[in-house]
Amino acid sequence: MAKRTPSVIAGLRGPRVNAEDIATDDSVDTDMADAVPATTGQDRGFVAEDIVFDASDLSVYYGDFRAVRDVNMLIQRKEITALIGPSGCGKSTVLRSFNRMNDLIPTARVEGDLLYRGVDLYDPRVDPVEVRRRIGMVFQKPNPFPKSIYDNVAYGPRVAGRKKGLDDVVESSLRKAALWDEVKDRLQESAIGMSGGQQQRLSIARAIASDPEVLLMDEPCSALDPIATARIEELMAELKDEYTILIVTHNMQQAARVSDRTAFFSVEVDETSDRRTGLLVEYTTTEKLFSNPDDERTENYITGRFG
Amino acid sequence: MADISISNSSTAAVGSLSVEALAGPQKRARKEALIRSVFLLASLVSILISVLIVVSLVRESWTFMTQVDWSVTWGQNGWRPRRGLYDMPTLLVASLIVTVIAMLVAGPLGLGAAIYLSEYASKKTRSFFKPILEVLAGVPSVVLGFFALFFISPQVIERIGRNGWLVIGAVIIIAYLAVIAGWTRNLVRREAGTELATQIKRVLTLTALVATALILIWWVNSVAGSGDPASADFFSVKRSGQLAAAAVGVGILTIPLVASVSEDALASVPQELRSASAGLGARKLTTTVQVVLPAAVSGIVAAFIIGISRALGETMVVFMAGGAADEATFTSSPFEGSLTMTAGMASLATGTDNVVGEGLTFQSLYFVGFVLFLLTLFLNIAAGRFVNRVRERY
Repeated sequence: MAKRTPSVIAGLRGPRVNAEDIATDDSVDTDMADAVPATTGQDRGFVAEDIVFDASDLSVYYGDFRAVRDVNMLIQRKEITALIGPSGCGKSTVLRSFNRMNDLIPTARVEGDLLYRGVDLYDPRVDPVEVRRRIGMVFQKPNPFPKSIYDNVAYGPRVAGRKKGLDDVVESSLRKAALWDEVKDRLQESAIGMSGGQQQRLSIARAIASDPEVLLMDEPCSALDPIATARIEELMAELKDEYTILIVTHNMQQAARVSDRTAFFSVEVDETSDRRTGLLVEYTTTEKLFSNPDDERTENYITGRFG
Repeated sequence: MADISISNSSTAAVGSLSVEALAGPQKRARKEALIRSVFLLASLVSILISVLIVVSLVRESWTFMTQVDWSVTWGQNGWRPRRGLYDMPTLLVASLIVTVIAMLVAGPLGLGAAIYLSEYASKKTRSFFKPILEVLAGVPSVVLGFFALFFISPQVIERIGRNGWLVIGAVIIIAYLAVIAGWTRNLVRREAGTELATQIKRVLTLTALVATALILIWWVNSVAGSGDPASADFFSVKRSGQLAAAAVGVGILTIPLVASVSEDALASVPQELRSASAGLGARKLTTTVQVVLPAAVSGIVAAFIIGISRALGETMVVFMAGGAADEATFTSSPFEGSLTMTAGMASLATGTDNVVGEGLTFQSLYFVGFVLFLLTLFLNIAAGRFVNRVRERY
């Protein structure tokens, strides 16, 4: 279904050609308009030119085991999309397939189509490293490198070959992550000594220092206390102006508070093999999903009758 | 008074317990005590043995140190205990040469193997390679001694020739120094201004000066010709042992140790750090060099120091392939035969305690052993302190 643009694929193929060229390449948007079907059937309110991800019949396997099946989703630019659902429903797996982090697991395999701005992310010519430089990730546990705060933030730009202007990148990333005032006097100190909330904001600063277009957040607040969680949520609302954000969360209130759209995933158990496969049950605006869901399973979950 | 009598009668009604009821079987308590003392005894015996070793070492060394004429221990151009010449530099320099060359072999190969096993190998490959490495660790050193004497010395060292080795050695040493200098610069920059940085700087400057001096001395000696010119001939095959061959053998013996300790260190680096690095668009090599190795640096340093300890203490290989019997002429060339501290001791203390020689020969062996003991003790303490220092930070 996708019309692939060679120029765009070339941009995702490492070694990096020239990031700026591709990022400002106007033709990308036009091509994407062609690539995306005019109506999606899922929801109104998508603007075709602003579709960042288009997953159709996406399934992820670990070996023979199908962890999640038949995901159909469109992700809108500069929105926060939340992925919720019970444990084992495959929401993290789906998230990780969006920047090819699943490639790190030797047995993982993806079927179906996943288009990122019109490019099939799993095209053999696409370099996962290049994908990850554009689609950043924040993990569940804050995981600063055993380096200074400065070196942590500068890591992404450095591995992408950037040598000049790092001071500015570090400062602006830390400012965006609402961390600058707390750490500006100790940039050369080890990041290990920071509090959990600070470390998680550092992880966000580190992710945005690479100047990604999308931020994937895998339960970013699950290891944090309520105050630190509130800080991160505030921060996400601010970052929304510049970045497209996908967040996996166990916390339904959090999804309701921060996101524009919510996808509810559930698990189905195969009676004969006792295998659990995740599937996307309902995907719509957050407001509708939490007030008037179409699917009974969604309603049961959000009202606490299941899960 | 009345209260007490009432409470007495009420407890009686509930059913009061005697202490004996909760005391448990006497037999079990005695058994516990017995087992406890057995284990205590085991630990005391091993401590006692260690203490006795040190005491006997110190006692005989003390005899040597108080009675020897110190002029025979320095600058005598050779370790000839039977004739009363106990020249320590001969043994110390030979030990240094063997240890340095052994670590040049074991360091890169061991660390490289560890990096491959921990970062690159699939589960299947790892389950194939690890047992092989363990087999290498189980090779008796006497076998390695034969191998060094009859294969490494004539077929490897002599075939490549002295000049070839000088070039190879120089390249390896320069590469080593460059890597260490780079890492140190980063470390010092990161710790800029802290007490740790100044300490590291001080230690490294000193080490660098000493190392440079030693390398220069060795270089001049090797090139400007100790030994006969014929041995510099490319194709001459010498049928005897030499320090370099023994050192390569020791290095081979040390590889598994360095590899397994380094691999433990690498494996203990949390997986999340690798994911985070990959998530930021780093390639595998970048992740390994920038994130995993620095995070594991304390363990890797420990692996190297343990390796040095091992190489310094190895006896059989150097005794067999080191190219000297029970006395040695001073040399700073790895292409000559000489005795290391361990080989020097082993060559005289064989079979009986009836060490032949001048009056203090028997005690001189204890003295050498004592020096060796102090060196390894110092290395182990240094390793421990360095590891703790770095671990505190991360």
